[in-house]
Amino acid sequence: MSVNGQSVPGPQEPTAATQLRKAVVVGGNRIPFARTGGAYTKSSNQDMLTAALDGLIARFGLQDERIGEVAAGAVLKHSRDFNLTREAVLGSALSAETPAYDLQQACATGLETVLGLANKIKLGQIESAIAGGVDSASDAPIAVSEGLREVLLDLNRAKTVSRKLQVLSRLRPKDLAPDAPNTGEPRTGLSMGEHQALTTAQWKITREAQDELAFNSHKNLAAAYDAGFFDDLLTPYRGLSRDSNLRADTSLEKLATLKPVFGKNLGAEATMTAGNSTPLTDGASTVLLASEEWADAHDLPKLAAVVDGEAAAVDFVHGKDGLLMAPAFAVPRLLARHNLTLEDFDFFEIHEAFAGTVLSTLAAWEDEEFGRTRLGLDGAFGSIDRSKLNVNGSSLAAGHPFAATGGRIVASLAKMLHGKGQADGRPARGLVSICAAGGQGVVAILEAL
Amino acid sequence: MTDTYTRFVSHGPGRDIAKRLGLPQPVALRRYRPGAPLIEGPVLVQGSTSGADSLAAALLAWNLDVRRHAIPKEKLGAIILVLDELARPEDLEHPVLTAATSLRDLAPNARVITVSRTADSAVEPATAAARHGVDGLLRSLAKELRAGATGNGILLAAGADTTSPGTLGALRFFLSGRSAFVDGQFLTVTSGAGQLPDDVEKPLAGKVAVVTGAARGIGAAIARTLYRDGATLILVDIPAAGDHLAAVANEVHGTALQLDISRSDAGQRIIDHAVARHGRLDIVIHNAGITRDKLLANMDAGRWNSVIAVNIAAQLRINDALLASEHFRDSPRIVSVASTSGIAGNRGQTNYAASKGGVIGMVRATAPLIGERGGSINAVAPGFIETEMTARIPFATREIARRLNSLQQGGRPGDVAEAIAFLASDAAGGISGEVLRVCGQNLVGA
Repeated sequence: MSVNGQSVPGPQEPTAATQLRKAVVVGGNRIPFARTGGAYTKSSNQDMLTAALDGLIARFGLQDERIGEVAAGAVLKHSRDFNLTREAVLGSALSAETPAYDLQQACATGLETVLGLANKIKLGQIESAIAGGVDSASDAPIAVSEGLREVLLDLNRAKTVSRKLQVLSRLRPKDLAPDAPNTGEPRTGLSMGEHQALTTAQWKITREAQDELAFNSHKNLAAAYDAGFFDDLLTPYRGLSRDSNLRADTSLEKLATLKPVFGKNLGAEATMTAGNSTPLTDGASTVLLASEEWADAHDLPKLAAVVDGEAAAVDFVHGKDGLLMAPAFAVPRLLARHNLTLEDFDFFEIHEAFAGTVLSTLAAWEDEEFGRTRLGLDGAFGSIDRSKLNVNGSSLAAGHPFAATGGRIVASLAKMLHGKGQADGRPARGLVSICAAGGQGVVAILEAL
Repeated sequence: MTDTYTRFVSHGPGRDIAKRLGLPQPVALRRYRPGAPLIEGPVLVQGSTSGADSLAAALLAWNLDVRRHAIPKEKLGAIILVLDELARPEDLEHPVLTAATSLRDLAPNARVITVSRTADSAVEPATAAARHGVDGLLRSLAKELRAGATGNGILLAAGADTTSPGTLGALRFFLSGRSAFVDGQFLTVTSGAGQLPDDVEKPLAGKVAVVTGAARGIGAAIARTLYRDGATLILVDIPAAGDHLAAVANEVHGTALQLDISRSDAGQRIIDHAVARHGRLDIVIHNAGITRDKLLANMDAGRWNSVIAVNIAAQLRINDALLASEHFRDSPRIVSVASTSGIAGNRGQTNYAASKGGVIGMVRATAPLIGERGGSINAVAPGFIETEMTARIPFATREIARRLNSLQQGGRPGDVAEAIAFLASDAAGGISGEVLRVCGQNLVGA
């Protein structure tokens, strides 16, 4: 069997995974996500990650517990935060003897921490773990210009007064302008939104379809809050007890009035608005992972197993694929490894970086030519039952603090799977798909326990 | 922690000024600290009955410095007036007037405790008169005591005697700093049930306790006190208070359960959480409550209903689930927070007082039901307590409110928590259906 030009082991061949023990999701905790410049303007990444950890500790009684390992990360990160996760652990109620490391894979950071730690648990290296992610676009690092940086470094090395003055004389007014972070791709200069606009146009995704997806995201998230779904997934922070981007009262009519913000110079009709794109957001999330033995010994719930994950990347630089299309390749590869099709899933959690991202991915999977030429299949990869997609809302409504999205999705999906239990005589199954900057994507399968 | 006025009149010129002007002179109360002696100074056990003898023997076993006869001028930590064999009002004279000669020898923060029998279990009118006479006597004496000293009474029902676990448990509570803000109150020991703790510093060791409304104020203080006494805690509050709840949970090594107690399935969710995480549930403290004050003439259904729903209807529904559960059968204890508003009334609080009066009615009616399961249920009615809520009362009103009791100061959340921790302990197993006021003997509401 061949997917994406690579041969993958068939289901009948025993893979290493079949002999490993399970890594389970015990639960999660996040703080509400806040639009940038809002409630968390004065909160640092470390503040928010610590708050998310402390809420998780309180929920599961982990005070003074030595966790096997904590891994988290941030996409927008100050250089002083070189040990962000360890510092957050030290500031939390966990045992100070809990090791921690930082990880960074753009928007896939959170999901990658889950997969990496789950693998360690499966291998028996650790018994428990906390995966997480945090991001603040409000408290983003601002770097000095290259010119000023070079002058400051040389100044530090200069030994005499005259040499110091000589170095300082190189400074020009333009060197004093700060270098703020942006979401532009270093190799193309295009922002993520402009990249997605190219993809959205390529797959002919309509404005109406994007607005409908955004509307459903808000509607589903609001309903989940009203039903108390987040009561054991979220801890309030700084006066917020719900995501501040959530517009429970939005409507298709209101969304239709918004002006396009991306893809205005493509020749085609611009369809991407602030309503069907995620805003910059601040927030943090955590997920408690464990071996079944550890969860049992601590009388803690076992919601779902982390079955497997897959990363993919695309050559967006040369325009071969859209920047955010890597999951379109990762999912078929992952499902082939497990002999599964899209019909074998009960929940799909496809991160809504933009409504166009989700819809382009689905369109690619439904496209016969894409299936044949890019995935190496006999035809289209398949289509999903849209009633199983992001049923409790996703990033368009909740917001998307880059590294925190993976933890949000995994904890929510694990709870949904546990609630569903069995489906068609097998454990309920869920698929997570997260696109990331740099043309990357990470996807994963979770299964109910 | 002590209020500004109390600090001012505690020493130096402030003390002299207050004394000359006849102003209230509150003192810093003796409060319980683990490791501190139960009480400083000798304890005079007044009374010549066999009940007095066996009670004195029990106090000796606690290594207290027990006196059966006062030594003039010797400072006393406490006087225990044992009046368990009164037959006629005339029988009061000798023990009471003998004890009276020692009142001037009481040390600051001393205790006077009466031990007598309930009047309603008497057959003869004269006996009932004598027994109920103790009620008026003690309440008046408590108002005469000064310098942080308190007077409280233990009433023995037909099934209890002077050395029943409940009697000794209540005696220990009243003697200790745990009862600092309890004054002029009676506790009835209804039966010989209950058990004194192996470790008096950890009376709740091995117990799993739920505290509702635990995110702040009195609820957070209850959590800290139960934790100090050895309990494993499950802390409940509404999801919107989750950040404060998590902070308290992490402080007391408990678990935070974000749950609106007015949900219909709240009781079952509490039981499920306790059993799944800890395998048992021993103690439930109904502390969560809200106020929506308005004069009755201006009251709307929203204010009325929300207060009734949270403060009493939710407790009733949770109790139904608890009493039906097989996991709440091993000496189960329920303690509810009532309010002096529910006893004496409070202008602008008809809805709140109705709900808190309701709590008192519920506790009395539930006592026999939980008694069948070997458990107990009681209520604590706080008076003026220094909390974030009372700090918002305008200055003059607040200053008057906090002086209107025998101790001339407001209580602390911890004082309410101490009373609750005692009633939740097995030492109080013989006490059920009672309402204990923690109000410094507030002048309103008896």
